[in-house]
Amino acid sequence: MEIRSMRFKANASAKLADAGLQRNLRKAKGKFVDTRAVAIKEIDDFEGTRRAARDLRDRVLKDLDLWLERFETQATARGATVLWARDGAEICRHVVDIARRHGVKKATKSKSMLSEEAGLNQALAAAGVEPVETDLGEYILQINDNEPPSHIIAPVMHKNVEQVADLFAKTHHKPRKTDIPQLTREAREVLRSHFLTADMGISGGNFLVAETGSVALVTNEGNGRMVTTLPKVHVVITGIEKVIPTLEDLSLLMRLLPRSATGQSISNYFSVLTGVKQPDESDGPEHLYFVLVDNGRADVVGSEYHEMLRCIRCGACMNHCPVYQSIGGHAYGWVYPGPMGSILTPLYAGIENAVDLPNAATLCGQCSAVCPVLIPLPELMRKLREEQVERKLRPLAERLALKAWAWVANRPALYALGTWFAVRYLKWLAGGGDRIRVLAAAPEWTAGRDFPAPQGKTFRELYRQRQP
Amino acid sequence: MNPRDDILDRVRRRLGRNADNAKPADTQIDAWLATHPEGPRPAVRGDLADLFCEKSRKLSSSIDTVATLAEVPAATARYLASLHLGTRAVCWPQLADLPWGEAGLTIEPRAALDADLVGITGSFCAVAETGTLALLSGPDTPAGVSLLPETHIAVVKASRIVAGMEEAWHLMRAERGALPRAVNFISGPSRTGDIEQTIVLGAHGPYRVHIIVVSGA
Ligand code: SF4
Repeated sequence: MEIRSMRFKANASAKLADAGLQRNLRKAKGKFVDTRAVAIKEIDDFEGTRRAARDLRDRVLKDLDLWLERFETQATARGATVLWARDGAEICRHVVDIARRHGVKKATKSKSMLSEEAGLNQALAAAGVEPVETDLGEYILQINDNEPPSHIIAPVMHKNVEQVADLFAKTHHKPRKTDIPQLTREAREVLRSHFLTADMGISGGNFLVAETGSVALVTNEGNGRMVTTLPKVHVVITGIEKVIPTLEDLSLLMRLLPRSATGQSISNYFSVLTGVKQPDESDGPEHLYFVLVDNGRADVVGSEYHEMLRCIRCGACMNHCPVYQSIGGHAYGWVYPGPMGSILTPLYAGIENAVDLPNAATLCGQCSAVCPVLIPLPELMRKLREEQVERKLRPLAERLALKAWAWVANRPALYALGTWFAVRYLKWLAGGGDRIRVLAAAPEWTAGRDFPAPQGKTFRELYRQRQP
Repeated sequence: MNPRDDILDRVRRRLGRNADNAKPADTQIDAWLATHPEGPRPAVRGDLADLFCEKSRKLSSSIDTVATLAEVPAATARYLASLHLGTRAVCWPQLADLPWGEAGLTIEPRAALDADLVGITGSFCAVAETGTLALLSGPDTPAGVSLLPETHIAVVKASRIVAGMEEAWHLMRAERGALPRAVNFISGPSRTGDIEQTIVLGAHGPYRVHIIVVSGA
């Protein structure tokens, strides 16, 4: 997928001004937050469970090379082929090769963020293979001219039922309907025929289990099961960081993932898939491939951002993020939105390609407060900001302003004088009110909010007055 | 360099891997795999079958309880009649010998096709903590029967209801050794919330899941 994160500011302003989107976001806001709050109460020691999950992920990541080799050995022993891809282009090449080898005409897909990273649908189409997204949300996006998702769990969070109704009527050539169960039924019928005729199924992988060489797949709709049961070829595309040791570790993470994502105690379908169909079995794929993807991950291993690799893609951080709630997922400009995206995008796509993202947060800390694997997201954003300044990626004016501020702040008398003038000037600007609507020095800042006016005295003055 | 070696090499370099530290790390990994330690678990209180039924209902499954396996066909017929779902179904070959005909049902023991409306399966075990069925794929237990039909009826032996997913893994290790091709954990009917976060049952899989618990088996 093309990276449009450098246009974050313009995108965000447009999204704030989009009345329809704002209505849709307001409707969605808080739903996952409320259900999660209820679901985590079912776990007696939620904090202890989170800490255990963090420790588990850390222990694997510190020996990631060895765990990957274990996984590869086990998966291969069960008849799977393990392939490796450094970037999106290599993912596409592998999958197109596999499709050619097995004479594939149609591929059904269960949600895979990696395939979004790679722009796989376009590559398949170019090679004469019809890709069909089967997650309802992803399907809606695909028939809307391959629109990118705006949320990793609920990809069409930004759309309302009327927009879906228009799309279905246009694509399916059936009478327009606006009843959500009826729309779902219509999609079921259309997609069922694709499931039955596809030669290849493509899925992501929530976890890879080293002990057994398996992939664990979580879905609610059952499309994950369809694409891994019916076609003769199954391709799993997933990141190298997804490996975990044992089935017990899988159980631990599964107590956290659905609860953190949608507030469900458990997802409807959770499948652990190992190897290919046996000779006497009537269903299951004859060929199983794993494409293990780097695309920026290997360089994060052991770096100062390594905690980010713990991420289990639950989406809780974006559900709880006030910035995400205001602008939606598209403004972030790549596959991963919200706080996790503000870190993953610069790490995987290049810090210089996503300069605004680590700054697109108030550092309120909600994200790390809910993250099931305790990733210190605000701290990582701060590190990225520091790196931007060190690498001179911030605008010249900002860097100069910070230099000037540092110079003044190192001279207490001058600083006192400066603030003495500033608070009086700002009070005068407010004209007796308590907020300033337009600040000439920072017009962008006040475009979306007011600046609170100072009361006319500096902190030091007030402090001195209170001394007995 | 080929992608595999390139990726693994970079990971090794970033981790400072060398011959000296690889050995102890490998030993630790062996120990972890041998002991497969459990993480913290929520306490599962009370009778497992009761808890399983309560949790299953919360997931929108319906529940019936019978005393013996021989009563399963009659219970199935009752359920199908109550919802006007006809008298035909496919079932796992494993369940072929139950007295289906006596209950007035026409049941074909085979893999499911798109046109099949009702699928009847057994279960390897069931998890009380979340109300989840655990089904293993195999020649006598084809995975499609619990997926393609609009109605899924699952038979659960009460003696096979375990506390958590961990116990399900223990049973699989003890009884099967290796994992089958597919372990499917099923928790209620298929659902989606993708349009306006409105929950709709029957996205791609079954619209309804009916569980028959056999208390004496
Ligand atoms: S960063 Fe944490 S909260 Fe966000 S998606 Fe990843 S695991 Fe979930």
